[in-house]
Amino acid sequence: MSRFILAEHAEKLAELNRIIDEYKGKEGPLMPILTKAQEIFGYLPYEVQAHIAEALDIPISDIYGVATFYSQFSVKPKGRYKIGVCMGTACYVKGSQLILNELIKELGVQPGDTTEDGRFTLEATRCLGACGLAPVMMINDDVYGRLKPEDIKGILDKYRDK
Amino acid sequence: MKLYRSHVLVCGGTGCHSSGSAGIIDAFQAELKKHNLEDEIKLVSTGCFGLCAVGPVVVVYPEGAFYSGIKAEDVPRIVEEHLLKGRIVNDLLYHDHAKAEDVVSTLDEVEFYKKQKRMALRNCGVINPEKIEEYIAFDGYKALARVLTEMTPMDVINEIKASGLRGRGGAGFPTGLKWEFARKAPGDKKYVCCNADEGDPGAFMDRSLLEGDPHSILEAMAIAGYAIGSDQGYIYVRAEYPIAVKRLTIAIEQAKELGLLGKNIFGTDFSFDIELRLGAGAFVCGEETALMRSIEGKRGEPTPRPPFPAVKGVFAKPTLLNNVETYANIPQIILNGAEWFSQVGTEKSKGTKVFALGGKINNTGLVEVPMGTTLREIIYDIGGGIPNGKKFKAAQTGGPSGGCIPAEHLDTPIDYDSLAKIGSMMGSGGLIVMDEDNCMVDIARFFLDFTVDESCGKCPPCRIGTKRMLELLDKITSGNGEEGDIEKLEELGNNIKASALCGLGQTAPNPVLSTIMYFRDEYEAHIKEKRCPAGVCRNLLRYVISSDLCRGCGLCTKVCPVSAISGERKAPHIIDPDKCIKCGACAEKCPFHAITKG
Repeated sequence: MSRFILAEHAEKLAELNRIIDEYKGKEGPLMPILTKAQEIFGYLPYEVQAHIAEALDIPISDIYGVATFYSQFSVKPKGRYKIGVCMGTACYVKGSQLILNELIKELGVQPGDTTEDGRFTLEATRCLGACGLAPVMMINDDVYGRLKPEDIKGILDKYRDK
Repeated sequence: MKLYRSHVLVCGGTGCHSSGSAGIIDAFQAELKKHNLEDEIKLVSTGCFGLCAVGPVVVVYPEGAFYSGIKAEDVPRIVEEHLLKGRIVNDLLYHDHAKAEDVVSTLDEVEFYKKQKRMALRNCGVINPEKIEEYIAFDGYKALARVLTEMTPMDVINEIKASGLRGRGGAGFPTGLKWEFARKAPGDKKYVCCNADEGDPGAFMDRSLLEGDPHSILEAMAIAGYAIGSDQGYIYVRAEYPIAVKRLTIAIEQAKELGLLGKNIFGTDFSFDIELRLGAGAFVCGEETALMRSIEGKRGEPTPRPPFPAVKGVFAKPTLLNNVETYANIPQIILNGAEWFSQVGTEKSKGTKVFALGGKINNTGLVEVPMGTTLREIIYDIGGGIPNGKKFKAAQTGGPSGGCIPAEHLDTPIDYDSLAKIGSMMGSGGLIVMDEDNCMVDIARFFLDFTVDESCGKCPPCRIGTKRMLELLDKITSGNGEEGDIEKLEELGNNIKASALCGLGQTAPNPVLSTIMYFRDEYEAHIKEKRCPAGVCRNLLRYVISSDLCRGCGLCTKVCPVSAISGERKAPHIIDPDKCIKCGACAEKCPFHAITKG
């Protein structure tokens, strides 16, 4: 994951500063600021948290504590395409672990993480209810069934071209 | 003032919105324009009508014609036939499930509404929530005017006390008393908060109120501010309610423009401002102290009481926190008097309660009934009964904090105390109906899974205790239950209830304890016989092919993902129970219904 450098996102940084200025004088400014920051950047990078900590004179540990408490905040970036590999029983027995392994190899990320180019987020999900098509994976709303590890590259290429 | 010959009300609540009501509104606008009817017909986008099961809903006045399940394609016909030619379109009208032959033509005739008393929901489905003028036309802000010009703060508090109103968030604490505590607390700065963090799965009463009648909440909070001596209100609303957030934002702006919020309201020296604060996906922030910590910008972890919020709440100042539905009742109590309100309901539970009906019930949606209405009336008369001819098994009230109510208690009148007596609670209003095909052990596990996930993690009884309970339930539902597991659940549950720091932990064991109380036999079947009577718990299912019905067509063999079925062509096939993963694909495929699960 390439390091997020705040200075490289001038427009977003300006927007963030505008938000901070708007809420700084209010009581309990942190939640509104984090909500807007998440909207601006798509997630809450450490650098953004540090910037907010500095601006509000709050320890970064407090900011991190709040960012990781609420399920809507993410300290990791999410990709454009969310890949969900079903780990339900039927898929598991039909080799979904092999599918997952192939995806880990192809994308270079672990389940829960996102590729550097921000294109794919890999998740292991609960049963998708398509057991007749096991093993199954979904990429956003598209369902792929009866998968074999050798199918993975071809499927991913479709999304890489977009 | 413009007079229209007809009003067309289209439901703009979240449910109907998701089913395309925005497209219906656009279609009406286009058709009315096409036929030059814009000056004769008033089109209104309203809040939730309540009968969500048959949305999108459109009601045309003056007839009160109740159209249901409408699609954008139906609109031209409604405009041509009904609005132009005066002929109600019968096949688009709502048809009562219970009376298959009768065609209902007006709102008053709908069985669903007959036993309801819409007091908190009075404006939902009637006014356009984005137009303050419509709220004012229905006596909006009149209560605030009266309070500020004719009543003292203690007058207000005494009126609320006399009404008998109790908190609608679930705990049922006397509202007037809470206001009095906040008034009496020493301090120069006080806050009025609204708990709009409706987190119970299956509950959408507050959402509908915020979407359908946001001004009633604003007015009530201002009245509360006057009563306790506060000039600042906060509405803590779930981020997952975008339509509610939008309507509240518009409402606050409009109220400020007209001087009904802000400095010197109605020219008096009373000032009151309201700000929205959004949640960020934490169920525990519906707990009062966690909510206040969240507003302060902290992790939503509850804090011990005392001190109570009325004395030391948000930003360490005296704070009044009430639920959305509690506030929705305030303006009417001020306008019509405490006695008007206390005439409705039971001795200790006055007024009405809004319920969100869900699960195995025909008329899913929002209902408001006087306290004291029985569960049977709600489920059968208003709710239309259980679909597909199935048998009622239990109703869950109070969500993850509540308990299940079995058939033997169907005639219990609903009020705070009677529900607590039978092991459940009023809760915020979510009412989930279950039938014979639901497994009560699985339901208990489902709720506990939720509370374990949402636990803030601060206190050991909840953080560790509920997790251990969930592990026991996973054990039981996967076929590994042992003698003594039920007793362990009971002991653990009672200990957690007694020692957890906040309401989440204190009530998390309730679904488990109440299902054990009323459905112990199901637990025992899971443990002793390794059998799930309702046929739900996957590991305890046995799929069997009846050799009498099986024709050996082999279709099941083809769909089985794990090749567990074997047999010769035209000969009865057999499922290997060791290979079978109980996915049910074979049973679904079999054209002779030869495969059963049990």
